[in-house]
Amino acid sequence: MTKTIQEINEKIKKGQAVVVTAEEMIEIVRKKGEKQAAKEVDVVTTGTFGPMCSSGAYINIGHTKPKIKLGGGEVYINGVEVYAGFAAVDIYIGASSLPPDDPRNKIYPGEFRYGGGHVIEELVAGKDLVLTATAYGTDCYPRKELRTLINIRDLNEAVLFNPRNCYQNYNVAVNLSDRIIYTYMGTLKPKLGNANYCSAGQLSPLLNDPYYKTIGIGTRIFLGGGTGYIAWWGTQHNPGVERSENGVPLSPAGTLAVIGDLKQMKPEWLRGTSMLGYGVTLTVGIGIPIPVLSEEIAYYTSVKDEEIYTQIVDYSKPYPQGISESLGQVNYAQLRSGKIRISNKEVPTGSLSSYVKAREIANVLKEWIKQGKFLLTEPVAKLPQAESDYKFKPLKIREV
Amino acid sequence: MTESKVVLHFPPHLVDKPLIYKLSRDFNLEFNILKASVTPQEEGILVLELKGDDDNFQRAIAYLKENGVDVQALTQDINLNYELCTHCGLCVPICPVSALVKDVETDEVKFVKEKCIACELCVKVCPYNAIEVSFDV
Repeated sequence: MTKTIQEINEKIKKGQAVVVTAEEMIEIVRKKGEKQAAKEVDVVTTGTFGPMCSSGAYINIGHTKPKIKLGGGEVYINGVEVYAGFAAVDIYIGASSLPPDDPRNKIYPGEFRYGGGHVIEELVAGKDLVLTATAYGTDCYPRKELRTLINIRDLNEAVLFNPRNCYQNYNVAVNLSDRIIYTYMGTLKPKLGNANYCSAGQLSPLLNDPYYKTIGIGTRIFLGGGTGYIAWWGTQHNPGVERSENGVPLSPAGTLAVIGDLKQMKPEWLRGTSMLGYGVTLTVGIGIPIPVLSEEIAYYTSVKDEEIYTQIVDYSKPYPQGISESLGQVNYAQLRSGKIRISNKEVPTGSLSSYVKAREIANVLKEWIKQGKFLLTEPVAKLPQAESDYKFKPLKIREV
Repeated sequence: MTESKVVLHFPPHLVDKPLIYKLSRDFNLEFNILKASVTPQEEGILVLELKGDDDNFQRAIAYLKENGVDVQALTQDINLNYELCTHCGLCVPICPVSALVKDVETDEVKFVKEKCIACELCVKVCPYNAIEVSFDV
C-alpha cells in the first residue's frame, strides 16, 4: 500500500483527506496495525514549541529622504542591537541580541528581560518600535542619523529566517555540583535537584520522521502561526548519531533551517523568552505535516514517548568543558511523568518545550489541512541522511 | 481555627521588640517563619504562617497593629498569569512546596495558591514573565 503526495493533495482539495495528530496516530496504529493505518490515514501532523536561539528575522524598512546606508553603520530597535551588514535598508534582528546597556551577567544571574526575541514578538504583534541608526554617509546615501517609529505593516519585507530550529531529540540537563547553575536548559539546582528536558517527544516533527523520508528542503510547514518552508538543514545537523531499533536518535541529531513571511505570523507562536543567567531567545511554534505514503511511514509516525530515549548530561562540568559524557538514558514517558531516577535518587523534571502548545499546533495544522487551506509539498531535495558522512564537528583552535 | 500567611512590616523602632514571641506566649499561635529581613535601625519585613484559635488570631493581629506593625495578608501576592504561561513546566521543579504542579493528564501547569509561600524563586525562572508579584515588601 503506497500513496503519493499528489494523491493526498487531491483528497485534501476535495475535503476527503484523513488527517490525525501524531498523538492520535499512536492509538490508531495500536488498534489497527500499520497496514490498516497506512490505508486509512493520509496525513499525520506534528508540533513543537520550544526556545530556539538560532532564530531571527530580516526586514527591509524602505528608503528615507535623503537616503541612508545602514550597512556598515549601527542600528538599534527598542535599544536592541540589530545586524546591519547588508545593503542600505536591510537589517537582521537576531533572537539573542541584547541592548548594549543590559548588565548581562555582571549582576549574576542576569535577568535578560528584553532582547531580540522580544523585539520580534512585539513586531509581529503590530506594535510601533523605535529604530535608531547612525551611518557614515556616502555621496549616494548622505544621511548619517535616523530616529523613527517602525511598524510591521509599513515594512517592505519582514521574513522569519531561523538557521537552526526543531532539534531532533535533546539532552536532559542536570547539575551534579554543589552550587546552583543557570543554563540555557534553565536553572539547575545542585546535586541532582532537578532534571530539565526540551522536546515535544512523540509530537515532535523529526522524531516522527526519524530518517527524513518525507521532511526535506522545500517542505511547507506551520511556522509561528503562518505558513513557512524548510529552507535547508539546520546548523549543527548531525544525522549520524546512534539510534534505537525504531530509528529514533538517542541524542541530539537532525535540525532544520526554516523561513516564512513574518507578516502572516502571530505573537502567540513567537514568544520573546528570558533565560535567567543565560540570555534572551525566541520560542518558536513549528508544525510539520507528514504524508503517510507507506506502512513504514505509518510505523514511524506511531512512535510514542516510551520508545524515545535521550541522554542525561551534567551541565556543571562535562558539558561546559566540551566533554561528551552521559549519566544514562531515560525516555520521554518517564520525563513527562514529573520525576526520573538517577543514581537511585528521585529527581523532579522540568520542561522548556511546551507539550500543551505542541499539541495545539498539531491540531491547528490538522484543521488547516482538513479545510483544504494547506497542501503538502514534495521536498525539492533531501536533508543529509543518517547513512551519509555528514557530521557536526567541533572547532579545532589553531594558532594564529 | 485560622491559618493564614501574613506579611509584617516593622518600623525601625520596633525591630528590637520581641513581638513575635508574644504571639506564641500570649495568643497561643503557632508560627512558621517563611521569610525574614530584619536589620537593626532599619525597617524589618517578616513573612509568617500563623495558625491558631480564631479569636486569638484576631486579637494577635490587633495587638500587632496597635504596636505599629503593618499587617498584610499574603494570599493575593503571587499570581500565575495564564495569558502569558505556555505550560512549559520549567518552574515546576523549582518550587520548593509544590505550589506549581503539572497535571499529568492535561500537561498543564497549575498554580496552587494555598501552598505558595511567596519565596519568589519561580518569578525569575519563568522565561515568559508569567509569574507576577503584586505586593511590594
